[in-house]
Amino acid sequence: MAENKIFAGGEFLITDIAPEEVFTPEDFTDEHKMILETAKDFVEKEIVPNIDDLEEKNPELVGSLLAKAGELGLLGTDVPEEFGGLGLDKVSTTIVAEGMGPAASFGVVYGAHTGIGSLPIVYFGNEEQKAKYLPKLASGEWCGAYCLTEPGAGTDALNAKTKAVLSDDGKHYILNGEKMFITNAGWADTFIVYAKVDGEQFTGFIVEKDFPGVSTGKEEKKMGMHGSSTRPVILEDAQVPVENVLFEVGKGHKIAFNILNIGRWKLGASAVGGCKACVTEAVKYANGRLQFKVPISSFGMIKTKLADMAIKTYMSDSMMYRLAGMFDNKLAVLDVAAKKSGEENAKTIEEYAPECSITKVYGSEALDYCVDEYVQILGGYGFCAEYPAERYYRDSRINRIWEGTNEINRMLVPGTMMRRALQGRLNLLPAAQAISKELMTYSPLSVQLPDTPLALQEHMVKMSKKIALMVAGVAAQKFGQNLAKEQEVLAKVAEIVIEIFAMESGLLRTLKIIEKEGEEKAKYQIKAVKAYVNDMVPQMENWAKEVIAYVEEGDMLRTQLAGIKKLARYQPIDAITLKREIADRIIELESYPF
Amino acid sequence: MNIVVCLKQVPDTETQIKIGPDNKSIVTDDIKWVINPYDEFGVEEALQLKEKFGGEVTVVGMGPKRVTESIRTALAMGADKGILITDDALEGSDSLATAKALAAVLKDLEYDLIFTGQRGVDDDMGVVGPALAELLGIPNLSLIVKVEAAEDGKSVKVNRPVEGETLVIESSLPALITAQKGLNEPRYASLPGIMKAKKKPLEEKTLGDLGLDAAQFGEGARKLKILEMTPPPERAAGKIVEGETPQEKAAELAKLLHEEAKVF
Repeated sequence: MAENKIFAGGEFLITDIAPEEVFTPEDFTDEHKMILETAKDFVEKEIVPNIDDLEEKNPELVGSLLAKAGELGLLGTDVPEEFGGLGLDKVSTTIVAEGMGPAASFGVVYGAHTGIGSLPIVYFGNEEQKAKYLPKLASGEWCGAYCLTEPGAGTDALNAKTKAVLSDDGKHYILNGEKMFITNAGWADTFIVYAKVDGEQFTGFIVEKDFPGVSTGKEEKKMGMHGSSTRPVILEDAQVPVENVLFEVGKGHKIAFNILNIGRWKLGASAVGGCKACVTEAVKYANGRLQFKVPISSFGMIKTKLADMAIKTYMSDSMMYRLAGMFDNKLAVLDVAAKKSGEENAKTIEEYAPECSITKVYGSEALDYCVDEYVQILGGYGFCAEYPAERYYRDSRINRIWEGTNEINRMLVPGTMMRRALQGRLNLLPAAQAISKELMTYSPLSVQLPDTPLALQEHMVKMSKKIALMVAGVAAQKFGQNLAKEQEVLAKVAEIVIEIFAMESGLLRTLKIIEKEGEEKAKYQIKAVKAYVNDMVPQMENWAKEVIAYVEEGDMLRTQLAGIKKLARYQPIDAITLKREIADRIIELESYPF
Repeated sequence: MNIVVCLKQVPDTETQIKIGPDNKSIVTDDIKWVINPYDEFGVEEALQLKEKFGGEVTVVGMGPKRVTESIRTALAMGADKGILITDDALEGSDSLATAKALAAVLKDLEYDLIFTGQRGVDDDMGVVGPALAELLGIPNLSLIVKVEAAEDGKSVKVNRPVEGETLVIESSLPALITAQKGLNEPRYASLPGIMKAKKKPLEEKTLGDLGLDAAQFGEGARKLKILEMTPPPERAAGKIVEGETPQEKAAELAKLLHEEAKVF
């Protein structure tokens, strides 16, 4: 079946993808819709009224809410049925994560618990470990945490100093070291701890809070997420039974990085929930706030803000569920044995590492954009703690830092894709070579576009892919193995690739709505895609030119710049009107409109 | 104890309602549909009674196919089976016709109690429950905030608030109860419940299946006709009283209250 096509990670850059090959929120089943309602209801009725209490870091309240979430099944979407969970698809997991978006600090408790706190056992635990820990984690009786970062090992995670040594009787590993910035530390019952066996072999351990030698340090005073617990975890001759080694000695990096991959995309999904809440809250305020005797939502600059927030949210939303669908298609073909194999799970998750980084960066930055404009629309009230905008603004900021900084994630996008190209896993090089040939004869003036609503946008997405391949190709040729050191170049390539995935996800989703429900139903989505592509094409051209100007000189520089100019040829459309129309729709509905 | 809950699908109370070009109906394009909140109290009460006495909870809805979503939600909350009466000829039916269609389904079901909401939050008629009880020839207990079933499951004691006092009514079964706000706090549809609901039976019935005459239903058979719908008047903007001194402002205010607002 076409809709279940399995794509390779990063393949979107070299393949034309059909709308029916991506999953979109319009494809939700009745069950998906109900899960979304339950998650939203839970947040609206149980979390939002308690936010002031939660902000005071209230362990009893957190515990009872976690148990309630567990009772509703919200903690068990990824946990197999035989271990007390529901074993649902990744779309369902994404839906719950999105629903938790507006849950302030509780969203962090939930995210760390169900994601990095539980998934290492789900994907890499043996049957005994799963039976022992997963039912308690899925019910919310126990809370999970994840200990990777150390004072001297942040982004450079493998530089961990925490050491594990087998005890003389061979029954325990003795762990010594200190982990930093551990979410849920103050109330967690289990910690997934990474330590180097004999100072060399990076290994994961399941550590219970009551194991001898395990303690936590002082709460960090943070800019945001005041209701979450963040402490160092201290291991002083901590005794961890040998049966609590997770996966295999020396294979901790496989757990650590793959769990982070999932965490990245779940973070993106949760950010989408936050974005939608910002749009809705901001427009409610803007409709009610009068200045010069009219609602401020009638002003053009406020309309632009509302439209841009909603458009970015639409792209982000489309990306998260597209990726969820990609995972589901890939997981659907795994047999039972493979699902229980840590190696197989690692391989499956690793496949979409580039997309996970893309969604993390895009989702967190879309949220930061939205919270910023949310504050701005509220003016002075946005700066006052009496309104939620102030908390949203502080809470959002961490998302660009944790789960891998947006900087390392930007490096990883082209880095991983190019490594795969060299391994022959991803055919970037032939595609890049084809473009330089094509450029010699390509004339943008002779391009004939079909008379369909988004033909120009489809064309520009195609051209953007060529721009990305051309720029990456030029950079790879010039720097070879040293490209990894050219961070500024990699970052520009990453920007282009991230925006391609964003534009394309929004575009394909909209085309799918047109196909299924007709153009009229997709009216505002079409406007969003048009406005977004219009904003992005000149940016892409600029990023590309910056790289070329750095890499080439003389005749080559002129030739390559001419090539970019040809590929990026685009006549701007009237995006001011498009955004006004989208904003008017938001104002009319008084909510996120898509 | 077998219980039937009649369920109506209504626009979410947060939906912005727009009146259609005919001035007699609302625009349904952007509406999010939910279970009528009063009916949801009925679902919850039925589930609590089932937990105590056993038996089955059946949810009956009427309307277009989209109503299955609301019935599924009730199944996800814990109801056992669903029935949707759906037929193009039902479009535009009034409350009495609705009660007749529901009665036709109910005559084939075994029940001790029937719950409906005390009214639908959309058109606020409050007729279907009592009309249905009348058609079935069973007692009607309206606007109930508390239900206590006898240990033997053969009778109920219910509370209705009346002018700040409480009226306690006892009734034999079967009976029909219309649920009022305060009866309970409806549970969430849990994720395991949602997954189980997928496999629960949900039957669709047309007027033909129920042996009913289509001429008695729909727009043409309405006993009540909607003549016009108008939105509530927009609140006029406030007025700032002008004047240099407090005395001047007070005089101006008094003048306005007398001449414009005509309060004295």
